[in-house]
Amino acid sequence: MANPGPDQATATQRTTGNTARRYQAGVLKYKEMGYWVPDYEPKPTDLLAVFRITPQDGVDPEEAAAAVAGESSTATWTVVWTDRLTACENYRAKAYRVDRVPGASDQYFAWVAYDLSLFEEGSIANLTASIIGNVFSFKPLKAARLEDMRFPVAYVKTFKGPPTGIVVERERLDKYGRPLLGATIKPKLGLSGKNYGRVVYEALLGGLDFTKDDENINSQPFMHWRDRFLFCMEAVNKAQAASGEIKGHYLNITAGTMEEMYRRAEFAKELGSCIVMVDLIVGWTAIQSISNWSRENDMILHMHRAGHGTYTRQKNHGVSFRVIAKWLRLAGVDHLHAGTAVGKLEGDPLTVQGYYNVCRDAVTREDLPRGLFVEQDWAGLRKVMPVASGGIHAGQMHQLLDLFGDDVVLQFGGGTIGHPMGIQAGATANRVALEAMVLARNEGRDIAREGPDILVAAAKDCRPLEAALATWKNVTFNYASTDTSDFVPSVSVA
Amino acid sequence: MRITQGTFSFLPDLTDEQVAKQVGYALSQGWAVSLEHTDDPHPRNVYWEMWGLPMFDLKDAAGLMTELRECRKVFGDRYIKVNAFDSTLGFETMRMSFIVNRPVKEPSFTLRRADGPGRNVRYELETRRG
Repeated sequence: MANPGPDQATATQRTTGNTARRYQAGVLKYKEMGYWVPDYEPKPTDLLAVFRITPQDGVDPEEAAAAVAGESSTATWTVVWTDRLTACENYRAKAYRVDRVPGASDQYFAWVAYDLSLFEEGSIANLTASIIGNVFSFKPLKAARLEDMRFPVAYVKTFKGPPTGIVVERERLDKYGRPLLGATIKPKLGLSGKNYGRVVYEALLGGLDFTKDDENINSQPFMHWRDRFLFCMEAVNKAQAASGEIKGHYLNITAGTMEEMYRRAEFAKELGSCIVMVDLIVGWTAIQSISNWSRENDMILHMHRAGHGTYTRQKNHGVSFRVIAKWLRLAGVDHLHAGTAVGKLEGDPLTVQGYYNVCRDAVTREDLPRGLFVEQDWAGLRKVMPVASGGIHAGQMHQLLDLFGDDVVLQFGGGTIGHPMGIQAGATANRVALEAMVLARNEGRDIAREGPDILVAAAKDCRPLEAALATWKNVTFNYASTDTSDFVPSVSVA
Repeated sequence: MRITQGTFSFLPDLTDEQVAKQVGYALSQGWAVSLEHTDDPHPRNVYWEMWGLPMFDLKDAAGLMTELRECRKVFGDRYIKVNAFDSTLGFETMRMSFIVNRPVKEPSFTLRRADGPGRNVRYELETRRG
């Protein structure tokens, strides 16, 4: 429900009634310029944004919300007569609801609605220039965080979305009914092309579906990109011949210019790779361009979210990863690192499941415990395969399968390459653990509880799994999460 | 060589009892099960021969197991797999696929390499029958 404020009449009067006074030169409060409209009913075609704001001491939260709406749409700090040359009420974003954040005395959730005509079709660059363009530096706020967004179907349909999507990726790879398995090649820097390809071959031969370049493997003195591509594709083809399975290596085509990225993408295609990857730091325009290229060339596009922690991790300031995931689904990536919950990197389990929902749902429902503030209809846009990567190992297979289900790539880098019996054995341990867990789950067993027993039983037929369990049995990363959802469970009828 | 296509190829071959449980799971999800067979497991050989149509109205895993026994009588020296198809909006694809029968002597694959310009290698995979 909207919070009716005492200033409602003033705002309405200023936007509709006393026009001459509204446009006198000078400075008005944002609330009084028409950016706070507590009785506003968002239209189905509006874009909605939920911000977590921390106003400076003494700043009224409704004024702060209005300022966010103003600065992310039409406003500047002073009244301008040129507003009167436009249908300005249409273009003003409207803050229509402010809720105190449960458990935080100085933070508020501000709900803002934007008219569809404020945005160019099919451009995340344009969207982000508005929504996060300058409000995050705005002085009256100590901090601001974009928590969630809702896009109307009319806007969603201006994007092509993932070039491949989960369904088509599985049909191309001929792999169904289980998570896919991957590993990032380690050490991430320093290997020569030939030695690097050796790790790829061993890991794929041992049973992984994919191996992966790390985010900062591009074209360094120790290994130029063409060398890496050539040796990796030899490894991929050799492993395919030895297993009868389709395999892939995410060739990182991230480069300094778009021209160079295309050049690397074309070479990956020439060599018959089924997948390429880029890092999030290439930027929205580059992502949309390479997504178009991937669609034209039947290439799976893997997105490594390098850099996101600089703005997603702290709860009071930045952009939530659920919003980044939504933008990336629109922009069009096929794989997206979305957290592990149990591994070495930040991630509260419920919050991480919220990111997975954003990637995989046909309609993402409002789900406050998972940090999802609004319902999002994806209008048939293809689904993004989430990737769980970072500090996970075979001994956690039951937790990973229980948390994330089948449509996920589980990436065990250290958990494959660091295996005491070698890389191939490490890969086999992961694959056997995974298949045993899927088999058990489908037979109706409670894997969250019986998981460790299922793994031990599977290890009886698999010496590498036995060794993996012995090596990593005590490795966990139990630290408090910095990014959890803030909500008060509502009373429900039992 | 052991072909490792399918959901459970890294486990010991499933017993018929285990197969029936997996089929039971698929049916409980509302998926339609079917059988396919081939003597050429080339990874790009997408269209294995169908053993009848997907069993859309099947309720009991025993029905699939009966068909599997019949299929084995005829094609016991081929690969046979169980597929589970989900017609739910947004999926409309296979949700499980696993091998339930293998030839005694499995084929392998020959990898052919042709050198091209710029160290570019063209790879071809050919099935070498067992």
